[in-house]
Amino acid sequence: MNDRNHSNVSAAANSAASQHGKPGKGMFDPALLQPAIIDSFRKLSPRTQWRNPVMFVVYVGSILTTALWLQALAGKGEAAPGFILAIALWLWFTVLFANFAEALAEGRSKAQAASLRSAKKNVVAKKLSGPRRDAGVTIVDGHSLKKGDIVLVEAGDVIPVDGEVIDGVASVDESAITGESAPVIRESGGDFSSVTGGTRVLSDWIVVKITANPGETFLDRMIAMVEGAKRQKTPNEIALTILLVALTIVFLIVTVTLLPYSLFSVEAAKAGSPISITTLVALLVCLIPTTIGGLLSAIGVAGMSRMMGANVIATSGRAVEAAGDVDVLLLDKTGTITLGNRQASQFVPAPGVSEQQLADAAQLASLADETPEGRSIVVLAKQKFALRERELASHEATFIPFTAQTRMSGIDYDGRQIRKGAIDAIRRHIAEQGGVFPDALSKSADEVARRGSTPLLVAEGNRALGVIELKDIVKGGIKERFAELRQMGIKTIMITGDNPLTAAAIAAEAGVDDFLAEATPEAKLKLIRSHQAEGKLVAMTGDGTNDAPALAQADVAVAMNTGTQAAKEAGNMVDLDSNPTKLIEIVEIGKQMLMTRGSLTTFSIANDVAKYFAIIPAAFASTYPQLNALNVMGLNSPASAIMSAVVFNALIIVVLIPLALKGVKYHARSAAELLRGNLLIYGLGGLLLPFAGIKLIDMLLGSLGLV
Amino acid sequence: MSTPAILQLGLFLLVLLVLAWPLSSWITRIMQGENPGPLRLLAPLEKLLYRLAGIRQDEEMGWKSYAVSLLVFNLLGVLAVYGLQRLQGVLPFNPQAMAAVTPDSSFNTAISFVTNTNWQGYGGETTMSYLTQMLGLTVQNFLSAATGAAVVIALIRGFARHSSARIGNFWVDVTRFTAYILLPLSLVFALALTQQGVIQNLLPYQTAHTVEVTHFQQPKLDAKGNPVNGKDGKPVMLDSQTQQQTLPMGPVASQEAIKMLGTNGGGFFNANSAHPYENPTPLSNFLQDLAIFLIPAALCFVFGRMVGDRRQGWAILAAMLVMFATAVVVETSAEQAGVPQLSAMGVDQQASSLQAGGNMEGKESRFGIIDTALFTVITTSASCGAVTAMHDSLTPIGGLVPTFLMQLGEVVFGGVGSGLYGMLVFAILAVFIAGLMVGRTPEYLGKKIETYEMKMTAITILVTPILVLVLTAIAVSVDAGKAGIANPGAHGFSEILYAFTSAANNNGSAFAGLSANTPFYNIMTGIAMFFGRFLMIVPILAIAGSLSAKKRLAVNSGTLPTHGPLFVVLLIGTVLLVGALNYVPALALGPVVEQLQMVSGH
Repeated sequence: MNDRNHSNVSAAANSAASQHGKPGKGMFDPALLQPAIIDSFRKLSPRTQWRNPVMFVVYVGSILTTALWLQALAGKGEAAPGFILAIALWLWFTVLFANFAEALAEGRSKAQAASLRSAKKNVVAKKLSGPRRDAGVTIVDGHSLKKGDIVLVEAGDVIPVDGEVIDGVASVDESAITGESAPVIRESGGDFSSVTGGTRVLSDWIVVKITANPGETFLDRMIAMVEGAKRQKTPNEIALTILLVALTIVFLIVTVTLLPYSLFSVEAAKAGSPISITTLVALLVCLIPTTIGGLLSAIGVAGMSRMMGANVIATSGRAVEAAGDVDVLLLDKTGTITLGNRQASQFVPAPGVSEQQLADAAQLASLADETPEGRSIVVLAKQKFALRERELASHEATFIPFTAQTRMSGIDYDGRQIRKGAIDAIRRHIAEQGGVFPDALSKSADEVARRGSTPLLVAEGNRALGVIELKDIVKGGIKERFAELRQMGIKTIMITGDNPLTAAAIAAEAGVDDFLAEATPEAKLKLIRSHQAEGKLVAMTGDGTNDAPALAQADVAVAMNTGTQAAKEAGNMVDLDSNPTKLIEIVEIGKQMLMTRGSLTTFSIANDVAKYFAIIPAAFASTYPQLNALNVMGLNSPASAIMSAVVFNALIIVVLIPLALKGVKYHARSAAELLRGNLLIYGLGGLLLPFAGIKLIDMLLGSLGLV
Repeated sequence: MSTPAILQLGLFLLVLLVLAWPLSSWITRIMQGENPGPLRLLAPLEKLLYRLAGIRQDEEMGWKSYAVSLLVFNLLGVLAVYGLQRLQGVLPFNPQAMAAVTPDSSFNTAISFVTNTNWQGYGGETTMSYLTQMLGLTVQNFLSAATGAAVVIALIRGFARHSSARIGNFWVDVTRFTAYILLPLSLVFALALTQQGVIQNLLPYQTAHTVEVTHFQQPKLDAKGNPVNGKDGKPVMLDSQTQQQTLPMGPVASQEAIKMLGTNGGGFFNANSAHPYENPTPLSNFLQDLAIFLIPAALCFVFGRMVGDRRQGWAILAAMLVMFATAVVVETSAEQAGVPQLSAMGVDQQASSLQAGGNMEGKESRFGIIDTALFTVITTSASCGAVTAMHDSLTPIGGLVPTFLMQLGEVVFGGVGSGLYGMLVFAILAVFIAGLMVGRTPEYLGKKIETYEMKMTAITILVTPILVLVLTAIAVSVDAGKAGIANPGAHGFSEILYAFTSAANNNGSAFAGLSANTPFYNIMTGIAMFFGRFLMIVPILAIAGSLSAKKRLAVNSGTLPTHGPLFVVLLIGTVLLVGALNYVPALALGPVVEQLQMVSGH
């Protein structure tokens, strides 16, 4: 699909999405911050907290220390009231910061959904007062159209909503749906009467009766679902939560048993006082994985949100997760690997015809041809022979449109009958005119086909003039993209209706790993199943009704927004841009979300080492002063050490919110390289950073005289 | 660490790998149901055995039946060993007329030997009849090792198979591992040990006349032969003297062989492998070192072979080797350095041609520091628990190393089967977190690690720390627990922590300072051993069943490689981090503070 084929729908959605959706931009937009802050407090209700077991422990710890503070105020405290209060406050902050991260992610996601929905309304439609072309026209918002309304769609207009042609005939560019660049004829009555929203009328006009109500289209329902439904945890999120809960239980046991250990040690060493409950709670909160526990939900929401930023609506977080796991990408040739439209690249004249003669006839035949191919012929003729476009009005010229019956188009111009079309059609046409089709020309046509191009024949009267080579243009940079995918361990398979010869030529040029030629829906389904049987996850895009079975079978199935209802129902994502190349982006977003989750988990767990070094010597300083040898950070005092660890633990959540929402940087690299990089940053970094952070906070607390 | 120590470590590892590789090929073929060479002759006998027991050899089990069979089999083992101890007074092969063992000690010992822990609250030569030793303890030495092996083979099948709900037949696995692997190896090893001087007889204890008069204390016994406790709860001690020495006898070599090969560690005698009749020479000591690691090392290769990618086995083994070698270096250095306080008092702790140097307290002079340090690390890396020295007398760091090795979950080689299955659970955990970091949902060997596997992994990782920490907390809080402490201060805490660490991780070695043969410790360590063993095994079998039923996904450059140095580092990191996070506070109050006190001259 090239840009020309973008519907206004998606163009508008694009611009809307770029306001809110582009990651990084406006992350701390005040319009989003304020409700997020309010939400952070609203989320303090026990019912909400209970849903996140890790943070629930912090929540209970906050309540407990607050109670201890009140007890200390009454004069029976286990430590100085100021110290207990400071710990209690920072524990509350920890809970609030985690709430804030989630609220912020949800707020961004909602804003995006809202803007997508509003963007859809920007389609303009010409509503008719009656089922005739000459009935009164009112310009209305396309989205206000109801089932049964009648609209006029003229050349250059986008069909606003799905409907049925009741009058007129027009050539419609449905390449967005079918991937076929040749325009199709839509006319009232019969098999060719239904039109799809988002497709574009190229010539003539049609009167369309709308068949879907506003807000009832598939897309509407999906946006509503993403926006409104309670987010369900994805399978991997559940598995990760189990790990986090297990760690929380372990640390709960570690801290709870520390009390009897401490009592025993005081008795054994006959020195000091046992560890206080406040210190134990502080230690517990520092040890349990609050960083990932507080950000996990935000990461998931942000993943869906990034999909929406790319104008893709995923029906579930599960689908986003699966996108990261994909092993095989099935890519349609047209629009994904090659530009949607073929372009004229060469004139191959028949024996006894000059190239210029052929170019001249070809140009004439294409002057009225609005298809991209037709225009590319005019352009080529101009480039090669400086043939200017002629003014048709001054001559007696009749444009002969393409029909399914003749499978030719052309022009009758000053008595010349020029036709162009597929080789079979022209051969038949010449035979009907009593001419002879030269063998040499058949050979030329075959040669063109072998190169992966499409031969288009030109005839004048009963004489074949030659072949125009229509070349599939492989998109720039696509080869490098596939090489990246290969690095990531993803196999690319090109799907095309072309014959194997042509397909092989294009596949080689584009650098895909494999191709499926003369693809039928059955062949596609079989291909997906065979890959799945080998234990691979398959992603594909599709739009036609006949794609539905394959879409349902694929693990990640992206339906084009312009596709049929059946295709959209069968897929688990919808691409608003109807851009098949998006599949690659979707895989990257999926991977990025999983990587963010893993990296922050690693970071969170690695943090604990430094916290032990801060808290253990401090907690037992009165019993075993020798343990101060473990105070490698040289923290000011036991109280300051514990305080610093708790403050660091709370602040790190805030510091990491942008990372959780943006996702960790993703590069297309092999798994081993990715792991090495992330392990170094988040593993080793997670181990070392808190040493510096805690020390810094300790120095700050010391210089402010707070402890 | 001195040059001889390095050379000995190198030689040990070399010989170990040279022996483990061919053994792994043999184990693989046996456990895949082949009958190589001479075994073809035994096949009819094996079939007959199954027919008599009503077992259908070809009928494989789902994980639940496998687990139920395993639990029933092991519970029967507990009953048998308990019964034998309680009835040994009236049973044959009891030349010393040993009386029935007390109920709590019998309970403890039965669980101890069935769970491959071989924690010993009793002294063998003063408690057990030959029949109990042979029919109860030695038999369980075989069967507990075979049980561990069966579990790991079932888990490996889970990885190797796909879309199958079955993980093997427990009865066949245990029979074949015992008969075709443990028995032949034990036979050869027992003969080698007797050649070195380990005794093997059924004679009554011999009496020798000593040159010097020996003064000693012995506990006062009541009419039933049980020690009488004084008001302080400790046994009443009586002063005695003698010029006679009793030399205990018994079928030692046959039990010693499987004690090592099966990573059991329960000594025939109280002094365990420090006793000259169990471990007479440096060579027998070296052979025992090898025997402990032989099967656990070979099982790593078996893993690689059975999943069809030998590099996977090497990776697991490499992680174990790195941790093990590091531990040996730390342990040997700590023991060779000795104790600064003694140097300050003018004691020569330098190694010379006349003495081993360093901290020789509690060590056998025929083994010295190097052999003892190596043996100590081997026996606590593997869940063997045999000892050649008093671990209580190690330096603080020297005591920390074995404690921490056990706290890692006995996955550095570990017990027969149990070491590898514990390590594979850590591999699953490592892959789960790291897998996400490469942008895919986690998978190991082509198997997706999902919610169910994580649940089971969480249980196995939670079980032992909870047992160790909670039981230690109870012991340091109640008088019955504190009564057993031999040394005051932080070392007393270390003793208790060590005891529960050893029991819950099924190691069985003791710090020796703690008087653990009391009803309190017998019951508490019994609980630790039982749940430490079977609460691990059942979820691991569940993982095996779940993995086996899964599809095996294709591996490509986007999947996390689990065979290179990077994965080895990751796996080591996971094991160490989980171990450290669980135990750092407890260790800080025990060995760590002891070390700091020693260094600061407290």
